[in-house]
Amino acid sequence: MGRDRPRLTTAVAVVPVVFLAVFFAYPVATVLWRGLGDDGLEPVRSVLGSGRTRDAIRFTVWQAALSTVLTLAVALPGAAAVAHASARTRRRLRAAVTIPFVLPTILVAGAFTELFTRFGLDDGPVRLRHTVWAILLAHVFFNYAVVVRTVGSYWAGLDGRLEEQARVLGAGRLRTFVEVTLPRLRPAVAAAAAIVFLFSFTSFGIVLVLGGPGRATIETEIYRYAVVRTDFGSAAALAAVQLVAVLALVALTTALERRRPVPEHGPRRSTLARSSAGRAANGLFVTTLLVLPIAVVVERSLSVGDHHGLDHYRALGTRLTMLPAPATTALRNSLAYATIATVIAVSIGTLAALVVVHGRRTLRHVVDLGLTLPLGTSAVTIGFGVLIALDEPPLDLRSSRWIVPVVHSLVGIPFVVRTMVPVLRRIDPALREAAAVLGASPARVRREIDLPIAGRGLLVGASFAFAVSMGEFGATAFVPRSADTLTAPQALFRMLSTPGELVRGQAMALAVVLMAVVGAAVFAIESARGTDEGTF
Amino acid sequence: MTRLDSVCTFLTVALLAASCGDDGSVLDEAGPVTVTLVAHDSFAVEPSLLEDFAARTGIEIEVVTAGDAGQMISQAILTAGDPLGDVLFGVDNTLLQRSLDAGLFEPYEADGLTDVDPEFVLDDQHRVTPIDFGDVCVNYWTDALPGPVPTRLADLTDPIYAGELVVQSPESSSPGLAFLLATIAGTPDWEAFWRDLRANGVRVTPDWESAYYGEFTSGGGDRSMVVSYASSPPVEVMFATDPIDEPPTGVLLDSCYRQIEFAGVLAGTEQPEAARRVIDFLLSEPFQEGIPESMFVFPVSDRAQLPATWAAHARLAEDPLILDPADVEANRDEWIDRWVEIVLG
Repeated sequence: MGRDRPRLTTAVAVVPVVFLAVFFAYPVATVLWRGLGDDGLEPVRSVLGSGRTRDAIRFTVWQAALSTVLTLAVALPGAAAVAHASARTRRRLRAAVTIPFVLPTILVAGAFTELFTRFGLDDGPVRLRHTVWAILLAHVFFNYAVVVRTVGSYWAGLDGRLEEQARVLGAGRLRTFVEVTLPRLRPAVAAAAAIVFLFSFTSFGIVLVLGGPGRATIETEIYRYAVVRTDFGSAAALAAVQLVAVLALVALTTALERRRPVPEHGPRRSTLARSSAGRAANGLFVTTLLVLPIAVVVERSLSVGDHHGLDHYRALGTRLTMLPAPATTALRNSLAYATIATVIAVSIGTLAALVVVHGRRTLRHVVDLGLTLPLGTSAVTIGFGVLIALDEPPLDLRSSRWIVPVVHSLVGIPFVVRTMVPVLRRIDPALREAAAVLGASPARVRREIDLPIAGRGLLVGASFAFAVSMGEFGATAFVPRSADTLTAPQALFRMLSTPGELVRGQAMALAVVLMAVVGAAVFAIESARGTDEGTF
Repeated sequence: MTRLDSVCTFLTVALLAASCGDDGSVLDEAGPVTVTLVAHDSFAVEPSLLEDFAARTGIEIEVVTAGDAGQMISQAILTAGDPLGDVLFGVDNTLLQRSLDAGLFEPYEADGLTDVDPEFVLDDQHRVTPIDFGDVCVNYWTDALPGPVPTRLADLTDPIYAGELVVQSPESSSPGLAFLLATIAGTPDWEAFWRDLRANGVRVTPDWESAYYGEFTSGGGDRSMVVSYASSPPVEVMFATDPIDEPPTGVLLDSCYRQIEFAGVLAGTEQPEAARRVIDFLLSEPFQEGIPESMFVFPVSDRAQLPATWAAHARLAEDPLILDPADVEANRDEWIDRWVEIVLG
């Protein structure tokens, strides 16, 4: 290993650090500074003093933790299925589970509400509607993909013979999993858990719509202060509280994830028979949970008056009077944004992942923590920050077309980093040393050993970045944008806020097309590589 | 190193390109001027109208959307003095005082105001110009009502309508806030009224979508009455799957709260003259006549003709409920807090 490696990594680090500083740290610092201003910590003290805020903080942390645990419990068997499937099936499964991820919150909420009503869960003894359970179920629905994809891909690269040995030595199935498999999966599980936690921590629409009126989280309180009351001081105080909480959490999970995993010698499929009853039960539950809400949306999109047909789909090419362009144009705009956002997320994310794995200690921590923070930061904070910070040349980006994909990529980058890092860490140092001994330069080692192996994590992360952008998650709701670059989710919301069966049917059709496009794109991204993961 | 190099080069180019982004700056030399119109997400206009305007005046209107009306006004207040654009459209009378207090607008008295009913002109300094209006009212699904068609606000507390009404929370929804204001303006004791509504099983949703499509009959829900707009019935006709002659819904005219939407020249604009022309455009006949079918509200100009569907099916309250914007601003937070205690507490 060359002595110049840290220096090189430091140079590489410039790009992600500058990106993060300009598009995240500076805007957020500006908005906090403006909000807290001269009063310093006084607004923080007063906001924390209110019972409503303390309840909101408690509820936020509690529901996010529970959502994470539940998602892991439900999704780990799914990750196992992905890990043990054939390469082709694996790609299909991974693309399929991404689809729920882009379904707009309001449609998920609507579908869940309808399911509760249909199954009699809206009232009576087993009531789900407007309960914490509704929120938790929806969080599992959204985040299932995060665990299955992140852990499943990592798992596929593990050597299955260890499990075989454990079983031969008499360990039960559960014991083998807990004592042999799980410890080796820890980095990927920690990475996925962090993302799920942060997503649930800042969840907004689900909490409002499914949780019922009066349910408050830090995120909804920031919105209430900033938008409903224009009390920017209290909003900034809460945003600061949110930031501190997220920092603490991210630091904790990265510590878990960072412990260097055992180097693996590549995937060897275990020949042991897999259990059946448990997997069947999980499969049934997951199918019900993931497929039913989507089925509701598909059914609605096909229902035209009292019959079924494709009329709503055909109408998508025609402009509705309340939209600047037809839905098909909006889809094209979304695709363009998502492509740019993915390219940015992949470029910055790859460099960042290299820094996180090989960089100097402090730098490593800064990049790792910093790039994960946007995932746990309120959309209001980022949106308002961009608005007041990036307002002067050379960075007058407030209403530039570039700001939307840039903000999307802020949410996409953590996915790329978090999926790549565990994979990069696992690379057998012996392999690198061998290459170095044979005369390969550090750059060549990186290019010919690290990158091909990390490609697996990269593609998983890239598809997430793409899906995040197509689904418009997070901060962009608060970024001003040009009306002629209407995106598909924006068109969808506008359609859903209009009375009339026809528009509603078309909104459902657009949602289905959006899901299909994302499913197909994710499949294409992940098929882009000839060789499948884990083989090197 | 080549791959990393190319990645770096790409990023540099991307960042540079981003920093040189379209800032819609004024061209000093002769040629088209671009005016940025900041609007909420519900703003819509027939694209050909913008093209005609540009051809006639040399002013290109670039529309920038900034979320819903509340989000837009928060953003405008944050950027006061260094505005996001030259003209803002979509501040309504519930948010008007807040925007005036923040000094967002420069006065401009448009010529087109001569055709506008003076009751719509809420700011006599003309810092804002009325453009459209609409009413937030209780709508009912005629065939699903368990009793006679309600005619008075007070009917909503009648046990015959128990469990029939769904409203939006004034904490998160603009029609929800308007309906709360309607009850404050239209009942002798609004707190008692809401206690009665609660006893009568009123349901609360966070937004219009979950009320209208989640709980109301139209989306398959079990509630036959919902807080929506006076324009919802004609829009139901416009967007019916199979053509219908009569809307399936009706409006409780006694419950209507008037919402007037204004536009104003943003203080700090570098091209006030062009910005004023845009205000004129918003009051012009072609734009005014397009308002109903693109934004589902009514034009303020007397000269604008309503589309046929609207002329046939839209009904407006003769004497809508409305509160003074200054009163609303002074009491809004307190009223909402009180409402939360009564209805959700």
